[in-house]
Amino acid sequence: MDRGGRRVFAGLTFSVSAGTALIVTGPNGVGKSSLLRTLAGLVAPAEGDLNLEGASQPDMAVHEHAHYFGHQDALKPALTALENLTFWQSFSAPAPSPGFKSAVMKPVQALEFLGIGHTARLPAAYLSAGQRRRLSLARLLITPRPLWLMDEPTSALDTASEARLLDLMNNHLSGGGIIIAATHSPLNLSTIVRLHLETAPEPMAPLSQERDA
Amino acid sequence: MTGWVGSLFARELRIAVRVGGSGMIGVLFFLAVVSVIPFGVGPDLNLLARIGPAFLWIGALLATLLGLDRLFQADRDDGALDLLLMAGRPLELVVLVKCLAHWMATGLPLVVAAPVLAIFLNLSPTAIGAVTLTLLVGTPALTLIGAIGASLTVTLRRGGLLMAVLVIPLTIPILIFGVSAADAAVTDPVPFLTPFLILCALTLISAVVGPIASAMALRFSSD
Repeated sequence: MDRGGRRVFAGLTFSVSAGTALIVTGPNGVGKSSLLRTLAGLVAPAEGDLNLEGASQPDMAVHEHAHYFGHQDALKPALTALENLTFWQSFSAPAPSPGFKSAVMKPVQALEFLGIGHTARLPAAYLSAGQRRRLSLARLLITPRPLWLMDEPTSALDTASEARLLDLMNNHLSGGGIIIAATHSPLNLSTIVRLHLETAPEPMAPLSQERDA
Repeated sequence: MTGWVGSLFARELRIAVRVGGSGMIGVLFFLAVVSVIPFGVGPDLNLLARIGPAFLWIGALLATLLGLDRLFQADRDDGALDLLLMAGRPLELVVLVKCLAHWMATGLPLVVAAPVLAIFLNLSPTAIGAVTLTLLVGTPALTLIGAIGASLTVTLRRGGLLMAVLVIPLTIPILIFGVSAADAAVTDPVPFLTPFLILCALTLISAVVGPIASAMALRFSSD
């Protein structure tokens, strides 16, 4: 996988099965976000490919089955919280999969569920960092997609919201979803596979993969 | 199926007209450009009437370029562009809808303002009608071609000027046929319809080429 003409990592092979969370760890700048962006279809891999088995619509790409929850919140400050959310609900194509069931919420329900129901009519510009983060998270609840790609999902969240996020992630896993998260903080999820990226003395980054599930 | 098109269109329009949107900036700029021309040219009314359509067109071109650099950059800055790319919707259509909404918010006000500003330039009623009609048909093409420049420069922090340099040469045919159609309406022997239909054709061509080229550039922008 290349970025900016530089090889970030190579020879990386892994598979994640339904109901499993892959936790990607490693020092800053090792390529965790690049890995997630590759999986999200935003950066084309230099070689190799991504496959999703058992998808109901094989003509849809892997990234069309995925939610990307990155560093940026993708919120328009001029629109209210609810307008932001309803837009993403109608714009993102749902990706139903046979082995995956999830409780799809309405935008208002999702806001209430995440404890920001009172901000529904406020322009997103007035929300705090944590509230924006939760509003962005609500996007994952309103369109069913089996694969969640999360880059530092717990940043800017308080402990209560973090616990709720972990509940949500566990629910997603028990419904047959897949989570691939890059994080530095330990996530207490039900089924975890770890992928640890390490910088190497040579330009090529080898990796160690350990399982504890 | 068409639900997402409507909601994307509504979202773009809302963002453009609310606080911080670029909807009215273009019209104000258009007003500023056109209203200083009589001061620069001097009080020769016949000369003003002759060059008026050209200045209205150039003013509209510059005003269109003014807001175009934010067409995709605003979405890139807050991460929404990544999600637009991942949404599983045809990107060409997304670009087309965004362009139409952008034109509704910035181009259409220029067309509406043009008859008023044409009075400043001593245009005859026929010429006012002709120049407004050519602007109505031609400004969508400016937006659609500008979208190519906007998506090519989306990764650059201050890509607005580069975008203008890239886009202006491509808009020259539209400018030529727009102004010549408006001129043809007042000068008798030349038919109005010929350059006007070519202008319509240029708009239709850019409605195809613009979204496809722009979508292609956007797919490579997220690296």
